[in-house]
Amino acid sequence: MRLHEYQAKQIFAKYGIKIPRGKLATNVEEVKRAAEELGGKVVLKSQILVGGRGKAGGIKLANSVDEAVEIAKGLFGKVIKGHRVEKIYVEEQLDIKKEMYVGLTLDRAEKGIALIVSSVGGMDIEEIAAEHPEKIARVTINPLYGLFDYQIREVLYKSGMPKELHKELTAIIKSLYKILVDHEAELTEINPLVLTDKGLYAADARLNVDDNALYRHPELKEMRDYTEVDQIERIAEEKGLNYVKLDGNIGVIANGAGMSMSTMDLIYLEGGKPANFLDIGGGASSEVVKEAIKTILMDKNVKVIFMNIFGGITRCDEVAKGLVKAFQEIEVPVPIVLRLAGTNEEEGRKIIEDFLEKEKKNIIVVETMEEGAKKAVELAR
Amino acid sequence: MAIIIDENTKAIVQGITGSQGRFHTERMLAYGTKIVAGVTPGKGGSKVFDVPVFDRVSEAVEKTGANASVIFVPAPFATDAIFEAVDAGVEVVVCITEGIPVYDELKAYKKVKEAGVILIGPNCPGVISVGKSHLGIMPTQIFKEGNVGIVSRSGTLTYQIAYNLTRLGIGQSTVVGIGGDRIVGMSFVEILEMFEEDDETDLVVLIGEIGGTDEEEAAKFIEKKMSKPVVGYVAGITAPPGKRMGHAGAIIEGGRGTAESKIKALEEAGVEVGRTPMEVAEIVKRKLEDKA
Repeated sequence: MRLHEYQAKQIFAKYGIKIPRGKLATNVEEVKRAAEELGGKVVLKSQILVGGRGKAGGIKLANSVDEAVEIAKGLFGKVIKGHRVEKIYVEEQLDIKKEMYVGLTLDRAEKGIALIVSSVGGMDIEEIAAEHPEKIARVTINPLYGLFDYQIREVLYKSGMPKELHKELTAIIKSLYKILVDHEAELTEINPLVLTDKGLYAADARLNVDDNALYRHPELKEMRDYTEVDQIERIAEEKGLNYVKLDGNIGVIANGAGMSMSTMDLIYLEGGKPANFLDIGGGASSEVVKEAIKTILMDKNVKVIFMNIFGGITRCDEVAKGLVKAFQEIEVPVPIVLRLAGTNEEEGRKIIEDFLEKEKKNIIVVETMEEGAKKAVELAR
Repeated sequence: MAIIIDENTKAIVQGITGSQGRFHTERMLAYGTKIVAGVTPGKGGSKVFDVPVFDRVSEAVEKTGANASVIFVPAPFATDAIFEAVDAGVEVVVCITEGIPVYDELKAYKKVKEAGVILIGPNCPGVISVGKSHLGIMPTQIFKEGNVGIVSRSGTLTYQIAYNLTRLGIGQSTVVGIGGDRIVGMSFVEILEMFEEDDETDLVVLIGEIGGTDEEEAAKFIEKKMSKPVVGYVAGITAPPGKRMGHAGAIIEGGRGTAESKIKALEEAGVEVGRTPMEVAEIVKRKLEDKA
């Protein structure tokens, strides 16, 4: 789970990292008041959970209260990279002397935590690595041992950080590490970390926490912001479905994450575009299958659904029952291409055959997933 | 031979009294797996399908001589279960549990590496040495004894490809699902090393997916060290960056770990990569025929 900048900054501030003065606003009036309090010269920052929001026009400078109000009117409701702006964080402008980067992230390849420091900042760390490799340094922390002082010295020297900043940088890195450990974060990042007359400030703040650890951090769980999440995704999550909305027109239902991705890929290889990722998981009941179909149909772009099931723990007869239930309970306005293989395949097919004998419904049963993808793409045209 | 487990593997089921543990214990026993004990704290002294249940793994190991464990314990307790199994002295731990916090997985990783224990998973379908032993949740009926090893990060996709192979008359030696999380006990490289040494394996199928760089590492290893042919598959060509596709590991971060980069790395290492699960099976068939 990724926290908003303003949420992350609240946490960073608690750990002694200096942040610019700022206020959260949810409407133009609040932006006006915030800008007045902060002295007129402010930055308006869209609180959307997506990278590169600055470049995409989500961050704007205002030099007066009036200008802030004008910008806010344009920003609220604007969709940036698929995310609707509902909140703006209004912050004082800083007099920036230098921009730097400090970040900590789970390093899956090295099986540790990577501490990355760069004496230039303000752009993606990948860009910095490509353009200024000599200004960036990294070291891997073993979480069982913790962060050592020498590791901090190592990255500060190697990245060419000005010596007079070492003391303050050391304190910031230690705080950032403590934030990572205390919140079981996958990523804590300050980009840019800026030097002003009054010292180092976190001009931005990133904190991504591990979803699997949220049960130990109820206070973080409460910070989850649903307002900007896609509505269908939100409903799917409430139903316990593993659904991700995409922009194509072929609905996908499969069991297993790898299988679901593979199904999407086959559609793409046949020249079609998947409308979603939906993994019903292992051993899904007919109820789950029915809910999956209902969820996909909420997406009005969907022209056909491809259900691709390989029964292991999941039973094909249970899947077939769910499909029949869906037809009985709601109108299914699109054809369904169905591939059933594996556990109780015969029973599942029998259920569908019997159902189709009684009622004329648009279900096309195919033998293989490759054939199913082809058929679904044809029908979507 | 086979790898990791065989007919001599004597296993414990941790969490045997839970619904998952019970269900899969019955299936593993039916397959012929030697399940010698179960462990559930507080349920010691009872029995599940005639398998004696103990409160502690150390006691179970002492009384039964078990050398492996398969874990069906809920995520908040699973790390404790892994550590307990390692300290009790088993050689192989298979952790089926999904949803374990990543820093717990990291601790478990360090623990098993220090102890020299093989950890399969977490968040995996387990391992099967076909015709010999099965520790996990796989649909065993789809496999057939043979000489193709499979290593994979995903469950159902593995079944699909194994099923395609079986239908073409091609059997499998050992099938390993290493798990879909970001931190898992065994890498592709470690499993490939085992297959390379295994007399019963002539060819290996590697099934990868987006996220991380494990496939890229595997490609380097294959190019330098593998004499046996490897056939690949990578899922997630259509997965958008920054969106998590079910598995905690299946996410493209900062432009790294795309399906394209993995396919390219594997192909450059001489691995033929199938574009569909069916194509994978067909490539395997052709390669085995060429070899014969």
